[in-house]
Formats: sequence, C-alpha cells, structure tokens
Amino acid sequence: MRELGPDEILYIVFAVRWTFLLSLIALVGSFAGGLPIALARTSEFASLRLITKGFVRIFQGTPLLMQLFLAFFVPSLFGWNVSALTAAAIGLSLNGSAFLGEIWRGCIENVPKGQSEAATALGLNYPQRMFLVVLPQAVRIAIPPTIGFLVQLIKGTSLAAIIGFIEVTRAAQEINNMTFRPFAIFGLVGAIYFVICWPLSLYSAHMEKRLLAGA
Amino acid sequence: MIYRFDFSAVWQAWPELLEGVRQTLLLSGCAMVFGMILAVLGALGKSWGPWPVRLLVSAYVEVIRNTPFPIQLFMIFFGLPVLNIRLSPDVTALLALTLNFAAYGVEIVRAGLESIPKGQIEAGRALGLKRLQIFRLVVLKPAIKAIYPALTSQFILLMLYSSVCSTIAATELTGAAGDIVSRTFRSFEVYFAVTVIYLAMSVFFWTLFDAIERRYLAYPGRR
Repeated sequence: MRELGPDEILYIVFAVRWTFLLSLIALVGSFAGGLPIALARTSEFASLRLITKGFVRIFQGTPLLMQLFLAFFVPSLFGWNVSALTAAAIGLSLNGSAFLGEIWRGCIENVPKGQSEAATALGLNYPQRMFLVVLPQAVRIAIPPTIGFLVQLIKGTSLAAIIGFIEVTRAAQEINNMTFRPFAIFGLVGAIYFVICWPLSLYSAHMEKRLLAGA
Repeated sequence: MIYRFDFSAVWQAWPELLEGVRQTLLLSGCAMVFGMILAVLGALGKSWGPWPVRLLVSAYVEVIRNTPFPIQLFMIFFGLPVLNIRLSPDVTALLALTLNFAAYGVEIVRAGLESIPKGQIEAGRALGLKRLQIFRLVVLKPAIKAIYPALTSQFILLMLYSSVCSTIAATELTGAAGDIVSRTFRSFEVYFAVTVIYLAMSVFFWTLFDAIERRYLAYPGRR
C-alpha cells in the first residue's frame, strides 16, 4: 500500500497528454474518414449510399469497446503486432468517421436543394458544386454538432484504458490499485475530463442557439 | 494470411453467449426503466422546481454528460466499499448505468415537456375533451412522440455501453466473451462473434422501435 502523494497525482495529471494525443489523432482520422462518408451518403449513386450506410450502421450498432478489441486483434491476424495506442487510434478513427459522416450528411442535406440545382444550371461540375456552393453553407450548421462529437470522442478515449493504453483513466486505475483512494483519484480524473469537456459542450450549445436565433 | 480461423470455440460456448445476451438485455432494460423514473423526476424538478432543485439537477446532468462512463463506473465500484456499502458487480453496473441514463433522460424528457404548446391544451378544452382525454391525447401522445426517437437511440447507446461493465466483472455479454477468450485464447473469433451478436441486437431494436413508432405514434391523415 502506497500513500497518495504529489508524485502519484502528477503521474495522473501528466497522463492527460496521452489522452490529448489520442484525441487529436482520432479527431484527424475522423475528419479524414467522415468527409468521404458524408459525401458518399449524399451521392447520386445508390451503391455508394448503400455501402456507406452499412458502414455507419455497423459502427453505430456495436460497442466502441468491441471495435477497439477488434482493432487490436485483427492486425495480428496478418502478423502485425500493433501497440495499444495504434489500435485505439484506428478504432476511434473508424468509429468517429461513421458518427461524423452521419452528422455531416445531415448538414449537407440541410442545404436547400435549389442551391445545388442552381449551381448545376450555371454549369458547375460536382467538385465545384460541392466545395464552392454546398459545403461552405453546410459548415456553418455543422459546427455545433461537430463540437458535440468532439466531447463524445474525448470521453471515448477513456475506453483505450481497457485495451491497455496508459492515458489518464488507466493511470488513475493504476494509482488507485496502489493507494486505494478511489474518491480522490477518480474525483480528480473526473474533474480533469469535466474541465476539458464542459467548455466545449457550453460552446456547442451556445453556437446552436445562435444558429437557431439567426434562422 | 498466416492465421487459421477456428470458430469451434465460439460454437461450443453458445449457451454461455446466449446467457450473456440475456444478462445484457436484463441489465440495460432495468437501467432504462429506473433511469427513466429518475429522468422524469429530474425533468419535472429542472422545469418547475425551486431554484436549488433546478441548480442541483442541472449540475448533475452536466457532470454526468461531461465525464466518461468508465470513470463513473469506477467511482461507484471502488468508492462504495470505502463507505462500507457492499454491492455485487451486477448491482454496481446497474446503478452506474441507471445514473448515467438518467442524466441524458432528463434533457430528453424536458425537450418533450417543452414541445407541447399551451394553446394545444386550451384547444382540447375548447373542443370539449375531458381532462383525462386531454392528458392522454393532447399532452402524453405528442410528448412521447417528440421524445421517442432520442429515447430509443439512447437505449441502444446504453445497451452498447453496458459492455464497459465487463471491466468490473459484471455478468453480461462482453464479460462472457472475456471468460471464453481466457479459456480458449481465440480472441479474434470470440470478439468477432460477439460484435456480430451486438449488431444483431441493435438491428433488432432499430426495427422494433421503428415498427412501434409507425404503428402507435403516427397520426393518421398526415403524409
């Protein structure tokens, strides 16, 4: 049994950098995957829509924990041993792509159809229509739910602890096993997550209210 | 590919997996029912209670919604024994899921309460409906209709999140999978099969909830 001293507390607090790193990688991955999915979900090709709908349903219909387990075990089938960080980053990115793709699909569909029809009438091709006319308008309404997604993502990184990646939740578990001061330790870690997530939630709600007021 | 798949470990363990499914459904079903009771109380408190109640409910909702579920689970699992309260892992898991669901439920129910315009109730009265009819047809049905999509998707999230309770050794599907893996070392096969089972459960509930909505919550003559 060890005492809960400054060293232990610093160990937990410094583990936040791994939570940040994982969140950042997964965020980039989700953006990179989410945009093609959103575009495919709103495309004129039924097969593209169907395939991406299946992808989204699979990730929304299974536990994130299972997705992380599989991200850990599937590469080893091919003889690649991935670290817990890599597995968590892959799992969270794929999961995030599905959720963000679905959020952004809604935002793209929210742009009045007349906009893209007018662009077509003016002779713009698909990339011009999408990137110059539709997406700039969709981005405006996409901001609040995307920030909401970011909160969900940051909370989701805590599951990486279960596959053995030492971020802040895992660090807390380790220290708790040594010192057995659950209220202090998980209270501290809960407070850390809260301090990160709450401002984002407030900002997201504020932006949403402003959009509604402007509409 | 140098790996040889062997799903026999999965087939042999099917009674165990089936029991896991039952436990997961039981756990999430109970958490939803208890969570909804708390959510309705919380929503009434937040909408119409005195200011200390409103503040308390708001704080609760924000804290739960802005911290990860595993932290809430560990806080309860490791914290209660310190207070000399001993609960089994299953009861701890139920408690954590209930408290988590309640926070999301408060906001969902409140949105439902606020969705009913006062004029609608007055219109019902003007048409000569009885009090119970007004409550049932003018208040309850539209309110349920308004919260139904958010509530049902929250239930599916709850069911999927209950897998995290395997970390405190609660008996549910993911825990059963862990037991089978530690016996057979067939990690990929078992987790793949369990993922498919979760997906099947989600698809089942998506279909069921959709059918219920169309059968009972749709208004005739619209669309």
